[in-house]
Amino acid sequence: MKFAIALFSAAHAPSSRRALLFAQAALAGGHEIVRLFFYQDGVHSASANVVTPQDEQDLPLQWREFVTAHQLDGVVCIAAALRRGVLNEEEAQRYQRPAANLLAPWELSGLGQLHDAVQSADRLICFGGP
Amino acid sequence: MTKSLLVISRQSPWSGPSAREALDIVLAGGAYDLPIGLLFLDDGVLQLVPGQKGAQLQQKDLTANLKALSMFGVEDLYACGISLAERGIFPADLNVEPLQLLHAEEIATIIDRYDQVITL
Repeated sequence: MKFAIALFSAAHAPSSRRALLFAQAALAGGHEIVRLFFYQDGVHSASANVVTPQDEQDLPLQWREFVTAHQLDGVVCIAAALRRGVLNEEEAQRYQRPAANLLAPWELSGLGQLHDAVQSADRLICFGGP
Repeated sequence: MTKSLLVISRQSPWSGPSAREALDIVLAGGAYDLPIGLLFLDDGVLQLVPGQKGAQLQQKDLTANLKALSMFGVEDLYACGISLAERGIFPADLNVEPLQLLHAEEIATIIDRYDQVITL
């Protein structure tokens, strides 16, 4: 089955962990992930600047490694990201901000990418709330 | 075949960016001419109340965005009748058109009618 996965909750929310576990299980079960789309506070999981205490799981790092290892299409909504200070180099320069915190494998793009994923996936699975 | 999408908006207009971000998904879908519906549920029905004064909270009013829905071809707008009644809102006072009021059992039917669902 082709899954699109949308994440709406922040990196420290349990639902963000469930999203990653679901994504890992989907691939392990032989399914395909057509796109990960991070929206609302979900954009924080794509930030390279999240520092997790040593005795806790570093979810943004785990996402980054997962997306890279499986060469997934990881899209972060640009409007939601800008509002929350998650910028790549191009946007940091455009808005004259001192730093970029969104690096590869993540890409900033628009909500059209969510709709495109909705169309190409058999199922859209959303993770939000607590 | 084009898949249809139902967005369920459950947050009040002033409780954070959720109401706006739900609406943005719908407007983007409308811009791509996709079959899309919007259901106002729970505190989400507060978005439909007229006469909001966002400026007093130093926030932007969403009313103009709601009015843009019809311009983007989004006509399938639903509101939960129970959510309205629980909050003492009279359907006749709402200024969003066309709006279909749903009973509890109709909500399940509507959700079932769409291929994909996003709840914010």
